[in-house]
Amino acid sequence: MTLTVYIPDDAAALSVGADDVVAALQTAAVSKNIDLTVIRNGSRGMLWAEPLVEQVTDKGRMAFGPVSPEDADALLDAMVNDSDHPLSLGPTDEIPYFKDQERLTFARVGLIDPLNLGDFEANGGLAGLKAALALDPADICGIVTESGLRGRGGAGFPAGIKWKTVHDQDVDQKYICCNADEGDSGTFADRMLMEGDPFSLIEGMIIAGLATKATQGIVYIRSEYPHAIAKMQRAIDVMEEAGWLGDNINGSGKAFSLKLRKGAGAYICGEESSMLNSIEGKRGTVRSKPPIPAIQGLFGKPTIVNNVLTLATAPIILARGADFYKNYGMGRSTGTQAFQLAGNIKRGGLVEKAFGVTIRELIEGYGEGTASGRPFRTAQLGGPLGAYVSDDMLDLPMDYETLAQNKAMLGHGGITVFDETVDMAEMARFAFEFCQIESCGKCTPCRIGAVRGRETVEKVLRGEDVARNIALIEDLCEVMTDGSLCAMGGLTPMPVLSALRLFPQDFDRAPALAAE
Amino acid sequence: MTSMERDRMIDTAVGLCEKYRNEPALLLEILHDLQETVGYIPEETQPAIAKCLNLAKAEVHGVVSFYHDFRSAPDSNITVKVCRAEACQSMGANRLLEDILARNGLPKTGTSDKGVTIEEVYCLGNCALAPSAMIGERLMGRVTADRLQSAIEGVGA
Repeated sequence: MTLTVYIPDDAAALSVGADDVVAALQTAAVSKNIDLTVIRNGSRGMLWAEPLVEQVTDKGRMAFGPVSPEDADALLDAMVNDSDHPLSLGPTDEIPYFKDQERLTFARVGLIDPLNLGDFEANGGLAGLKAALALDPADICGIVTESGLRGRGGAGFPAGIKWKTVHDQDVDQKYICCNADEGDSGTFADRMLMEGDPFSLIEGMIIAGLATKATQGIVYIRSEYPHAIAKMQRAIDVMEEAGWLGDNINGSGKAFSLKLRKGAGAYICGEESSMLNSIEGKRGTVRSKPPIPAIQGLFGKPTIVNNVLTLATAPIILARGADFYKNYGMGRSTGTQAFQLAGNIKRGGLVEKAFGVTIRELIEGYGEGTASGRPFRTAQLGGPLGAYVSDDMLDLPMDYETLAQNKAMLGHGGITVFDETVDMAEMARFAFEFCQIESCGKCTPCRIGAVRGRETVEKVLRGEDVARNIALIEDLCEVMTDGSLCAMGGLTPMPVLSALRLFPQDFDRAPALAAE
Repeated sequence: MTSMERDRMIDTAVGLCEKYRNEPALLLEILHDLQETVGYIPEETQPAIAKCLNLAKAEVHGVVSFYHDFRSAPDSNITVKVCRAEACQSMGANRLLEDILARNGLPKTGTSDKGVTIEEVYCLGNCALAPSAMIGERLMGRVTADRLQSAIEGVGA
């Protein structure tokens, strides 16, 4: 009897015991005389079902999850006999959470063995790069602009315009820097992609190189992601050996080399200019703009700085055309977004959908509400610098403009859910505390503002002169928004002010009674 | 530290600089490797690194002190990172941190008598399976104080 199963070696799956499940299945298979092949894939993104075991059958892949090592025996019996098992989720493609997703960037994540180049190519990989190799650089920039692709790192700047700016610089040395310093709480899409389909990121970076005549690329990955670092390094090695990286990309005479750099635990290095300083071996302090990195970036040379998902989405645009991509989404938010459901949520994971899906569909539909079973209170959209939203904002569609009009932001697409037990004044305090810890210290509004902000919220928490101190916080937030050099200080007010605006009752503290 | 130990550390640092062709842009890689070899970034190695890379001592010190990863004191046997970012907080990370500190006899983050270092971090990228912690390079999701403590004891504390 032979059996083939897929079990992720994605960090999230490993964190809930995927390796133990593999070991238990292998032991059980030996005792049952089953010839078991285990393929380690990325995660399908149904993190609530991890470790997810998929059996390869004539009818497609059958999913079981979440599997624990104790399930190994009975699970193998069910697989061999095609009988019922309590953990059966049916055909993977038919699982409601998965079925209606619109997976473009994540099409292969969880589907393939991430380091198998043949698998990658058989599932649409390299098609975009091959198309790009036959195009003029300016045409590649044109297609990306036409697709409407916007930077997925949070700011949403049109990728094609950035690419064209670098393209237009008439200098010999240019760089493509991939910002894989995904430090925002509630976001893990970059990590999942790098672990589940690293070739797609490399393919996107080579395309960006061809579009701008940059011959050197750097992936800057945060040190908190050891699995992603290991997977990306192996993927780079495989692509080099196969001739897709190096001096002569697939015999085209065009060159692109790629190096991996590891961060050292500094949230601010997710800010593009700090990241460039860090890659140069310096402290990760922010640079004031202008000049923008597209004109003077790494080592003073024109540099594309894009997020992992932006670069990894370029291949499908080149392969299928700008119109194909543009047909997804709404308004100026074209294409799809990898929404990440996190925090106190029953079914956390990754949902790739066209822009325009509502917050409610994501939290209540896909996520099925809170993990604790208590009523929903709020969700923070777009990471620690994003706004909290209230109940009556849940029917807003997820797109850049609508959220901005409602004083919220999409950011990197992360949605962190909180139940009714959350104390929003405490979260406002934490926002300042986080800024205090992670500020690079270069500009005063951020460096000092965060400290004063935390102190002032603490006064409110103690019930000291509440109205006056809230007014002071609002004033301070205005200074930070207007005066900070980058988004760290500039956006810290966003969670704070949204908490104050939407949940004022949490700040209405009575003075503490004297202890004696 | 004896002068022999000191010289050995400096030799290690200089060797690593050479490995990276004394390239100042690769200072972070040099420091990562040094910390992996020696366990921390000894203050005594900083002038040597600065000399190799043709940097000011202040620049090297600035980098070492800027990044959370770099330690200027010897490492303990076991480093535990507990995530305290929003997603993990929504699932009780603050309580988890308090519990795990108490169980290791620590009033606040730091190193216990048994050599367990407990640090707080802000996001391990496992936000759908919160709360999360990391021991060495082992990531743990949906972690409880019980599971985390037994994992700490499992690696020899």
